[in-house]
Amino acid sequence: MSVERRGVIRKVSGPVVVAEGIPDIKLGEVVDVGKERLIGEVVRISEGYFTVQVYESTSGIKPGEPVYATGKLLVAELGPGLMSTIFDGVQRPLEEILKRAGSFIKRGIKVNALPRDKKWYFKPVVSKGKKVEGGDIIGSVKETPLIEHKVMVPPGVRGEVVKIEEGEFTIEEPVAIIKSDSEEIEVKMYHEWPVRVPRPFKKRLPLIVPLITGQRVLDTFFPIAKGGAACIPGGFGTGKTVTLHKVSMYSDADIVVYIGCGERGNEMCELLTEFPRLIDHRTKRPLIEKSIMIANTSNMPVSAREASIYMGVTMAEYYRDQGYDVALIADSTSRWAEALREISGRLGEMPVERGFPAYLPDRIAEFYERAGRVECLGRPKRTGSLTIMGAVSPPGGDFNEPVTIHTLRFVGAMWALSTDLAYRRHFPAVDWLKSFSQYAEIVEEWWSKEVSEDFARYRRRALNLLTVASEIEAIASIVGEGALPDDQRLILLTAEIIKEGFLLQTAMEGVDVRCPPLKQYLLLKMMMDFYDKAYMLIKRRVPIDEIAEMPVVFEMMRVKEDERDLEAVKELYKRVMEALSNIAKKYNIPQEALSRGV
Amino acid sequence: MSKIYDLIKEHQGKWLKGVREIKGSLMYVENVGEVGYDEEVRIIGVDEKERVGRVLETSQEEVVVQILGDRAGLTIDCLVYFTGTTFKITVSEEVLGRMFNGRFEPIDGLPPITFGERREIIGEPINPVAREYPHDFIQTGISAIDGSLSLVRGQKLPIFSISGLPHNMLAAQIARQATVRGKEEEFAVVFAGIGLRSAEAEYFIKEFTRSGAIERSVVILNLAEDPAVERLMTPRIALTVAEYLAFDLEMHVLVILTDMTNYCEALREMSAARGEIPGRMGYPGYMYSDLATIYERAGIIKGKKGSITLLPILTMPGGDLRHPIPDLTGYITEGQIILSQELHARGIYPPINVLPSLSRLMKAGIGPGKTREDHKYVAEQLYDFYSRGIKARDLARIVGEVGLSPRMRRFLKFADEFENKYVKQGVYENRSIEETLKIAWEILALLPEEELIRIPRHIISKYHLGRRG
Ligand SMILES: Nc1ncnc2c1ncn2[C@@H]1O[C@H](COP(=O)(O)OP(=O)(O)OP(=O)(O)O)[C@@H](O)[C@H]1O
Ligand SMILES: [Mg+2]
Repeated sequence: MSVERRGVIRKVSGPVVVAEGIPDIKLGEVVDVGKERLIGEVVRISEGYFTVQVYESTSGIKPGEPVYATGKLLVAELGPGLMSTIFDGVQRPLEEILKRAGSFIKRGIKVNALPRDKKWYFKPVVSKGKKVEGGDIIGSVKETPLIEHKVMVPPGVRGEVVKIEEGEFTIEEPVAIIKSDSEEIEVKMYHEWPVRVPRPFKKRLPLIVPLITGQRVLDTFFPIAKGGAACIPGGFGTGKTVTLHKVSMYSDADIVVYIGCGERGNEMCELLTEFPRLIDHRTKRPLIEKSIMIANTSNMPVSAREASIYMGVTMAEYYRDQGYDVALIADSTSRWAEALREISGRLGEMPVERGFPAYLPDRIAEFYERAGRVECLGRPKRTGSLTIMGAVSPPGGDFNEPVTIHTLRFVGAMWALSTDLAYRRHFPAVDWLKSFSQYAEIVEEWWSKEVSEDFARYRRRALNLLTVASEIEAIASIVGEGALPDDQRLILLTAEIIKEGFLLQTAMEGVDVRCPPLKQYLLLKMMMDFYDKAYMLIKRRVPIDEIAEMPVVFEMMRVKEDERDLEAVKELYKRVMEALSNIAKKYNIPQEALSRGV
Repeated sequence: MSKIYDLIKEHQGKWLKGVREIKGSLMYVENVGEVGYDEEVRIIGVDEKERVGRVLETSQEEVVVQILGDRAGLTIDCLVYFTGTTFKITVSEEVLGRMFNGRFEPIDGLPPITFGERREIIGEPINPVAREYPHDFIQTGISAIDGSLSLVRGQKLPIFSISGLPHNMLAAQIARQATVRGKEEEFAVVFAGIGLRSAEAEYFIKEFTRSGAIERSVVILNLAEDPAVERLMTPRIALTVAEYLAFDLEMHVLVILTDMTNYCEALREMSAARGEIPGRMGYPGYMYSDLATIYERAGIIKGKKGSITLLPILTMPGGDLRHPIPDLTGYITEGQIILSQELHARGIYPPINVLPSLSRLMKAGIGPGKTREDHKYVAEQLYDFYSRGIKARDLARIVGEVGLSPRMRRFLKFADEFENKYVKQGVYENRSIEETLKIAWEILALLPEEELIRIPRHIISKYHLGRRG
């Protein structure tokens, strides 16, 4: 039996506790703090004493109380039972805390992340005698009706399967025994992994496929690739959370890990009510069956907020390793950075920018670096991906601040939200002039193959048109729209159709909550073809008002919500073209002129 | 016999000397042994007055105490008593109809609450899985709020104002008129005045008395002349009382906190006194988390009948929405109601600028069965037209109204009517949601029907004035 390693508290200052008396304490080691045994992690070791970041409220904790070393790093439990669960920042299931402590979170509650008594039906996929190594899939468990949980040989283990059994097991019972040169290792359905260490994989693979979010402005204009990283910065109320909620609900990811980090309790409550109710469009099963949630709300201990990001990304990597496409959402990474800042301040570290410690950029980089599309470790050969999307909440909505600036260095796409658009209730308030995506070109091939060859051309032209329109608008705001030439007014009109009819996507229910790629393409095509034909009319001196007043113009702005879906778009397309032909007829313009010079 | 004698007798043997330094509201005490973080402290000076404090940092060598209450007259040789527990107040049904100061001492001449439950004022976080998503529409009788920024029971929705604007009047009107339709329960009001001028405090008390709400109210008052550090406790005391009323007595509670700016100033002062690294504009870096521990106490808990609806009021320093106080508040609360100097100057009450205002929980509280099927669409369409109207107004300032296209002129007209008919109303005017929507459709009729693209066609044909003849 090992000896108890016990020390004593010297000083308490908020979430930071200084203790002494455990000479062999390790950096990153988890300790139990005080009589109530609060969870803490050693963040600094100095001669004679060590500093602990405590993940629970330290009110009432006194110098002189004991500290117990656990010998463990901060780990996540990985195994069946994660899916459909909501955890706090240190992976305690909130439902369990509720059962034990009631509606308010009490401290000092110790609960396992994974249920110990639940039996899972384990089906082996390898048999006795097989040589296996870390990452190899040896069997699977139906974790939820949606998720086939692959049981893998833990990283680092290698040898021959000497025993493997089909049947019902709890996660504590071994399902296989692997014999290596020196020992026999019992393989259970779960293992632990230190959250601050990225899980290994065989190799990184190039990103090629978009993560389809069902949100037009993202998919068409600022796409994210599976395995990519994006950030969504914006002032309060600009739509970070709603956008990320929608992505978690309507994207084509196999698995969603949603981290509510230092945000509102009611928002997590909303996910908890929506996920069991909403049906995943691909699998027709409730979304909850493919989701893991972490809630460390703004009023919960700040230090656990710091840990929550690592907990989330470790669980996400674990499913990536099983060969799934995982989407990880973190709302908001700024609150995580602020937690770093607060702890750093309490440790008396030297701040560099706006109070943030010098290592802020490294931490941000490490987090986003854990995104990727990879060839997983082990056999059978498989690929998995982890896509990371993080909200950024810049003070005063001003992007010129450390968290936004450093985040931009490490992500491939930025969905910049604009306060101005939000005030006009143009949602998602993604600023089409400021946002970018380095994945746009990469995923063009997918669009070209899966949707239409000319998609990329439409996309580029539409973006151009929106840019030009904003320049014209600047002029119009000085001279008035009436003073503009007709061709410029046509650009403004088309831009308005695109904004209202394409970019704007506010539905909370009905067909427009999710817009599949083909519909995105058809809508955009309709609008740009309208522009091209109308342009030819204007060149032939048809007055812009004649075009602007066509009823189909307003219809283009609302057809996205038509319950007849694709049919409605296709049908409207015909009517738009007819309407323009009719104008041509009226002005005696030959029909061929409409399609020339496009 | 002197009070000091009684006190010392009461807690025999625990009083200590050993204060090394008093700096602003902070006191450094040496060699006190084992004192808990956040513990409540009693202090008696040579003037024999008792004061309350709280432990901010503790080690075996030294304890840092934040002194609440009046510090004048304290000297190094004062006596200190560490109570061994965190700051608690006693709550019972008796709190209703009562008035207290920022240390929860009665100021209405009645005795203190002695029998009841001791509750820590810092409170504990509601487990997110215990929350019930708020969805009951509160009719405030104010069109701009009910129609465009609907408040729901359990929401935290602040008013961002500027000194001199009628935010108190608006808050009192909401407190007076707020009802959940179809339910008979009335709101209990917990009112926390934080650094309030006496005249403002009197205004509220008079209003509550006049409407009879005072019997269902609890007033916690920290006045401008009261110690600033107590402002850190005032909202927490209010919410502790509110939690008791809501989750123990199952009442629906409306909490008004005014002015949260004074709270934040006190927080800044305290942080500066401790020599902490200042954040933006000198406010501490943890102000977000600190405010969250106040605002997040609003809500509804599954299986409990009561609720806490939170209406904090703050004045934006310099009228600046990006100032850290409104900024961090907006990042925590579920929307914001923003008052505008310009509307006020034009004589519009309530001077609510709906464009930057927002109610995030609106969608859950409105619609068929709750308000009306057209509500959501009408609200969106109003926003859209109003923002176009404001744009037109800006343009008209440059090119003149004649320079506007006929369409833009219609939007301009719409904006005027929106402000004068829809937003503007009387201080004692209590409009039903139907009346509000009726006004909305009247002004929507200023525009051609096909412009109403945010409203589905079947709704237009049912409600549009032109259609109904
Ligand atoms: N895509 C959308 N469709 C419809 N409404 C939206 C959309 N996005 C945002 N909104 C509206 O804007 C409000 C604020 O959005 P949200 O809560 O996502 O903001 P946020 O950027 O997360 O703010 P904070 O930083 O304060 O958390 C929502 O409550 C909703 O009314
Ligand atoms: Mg948000």
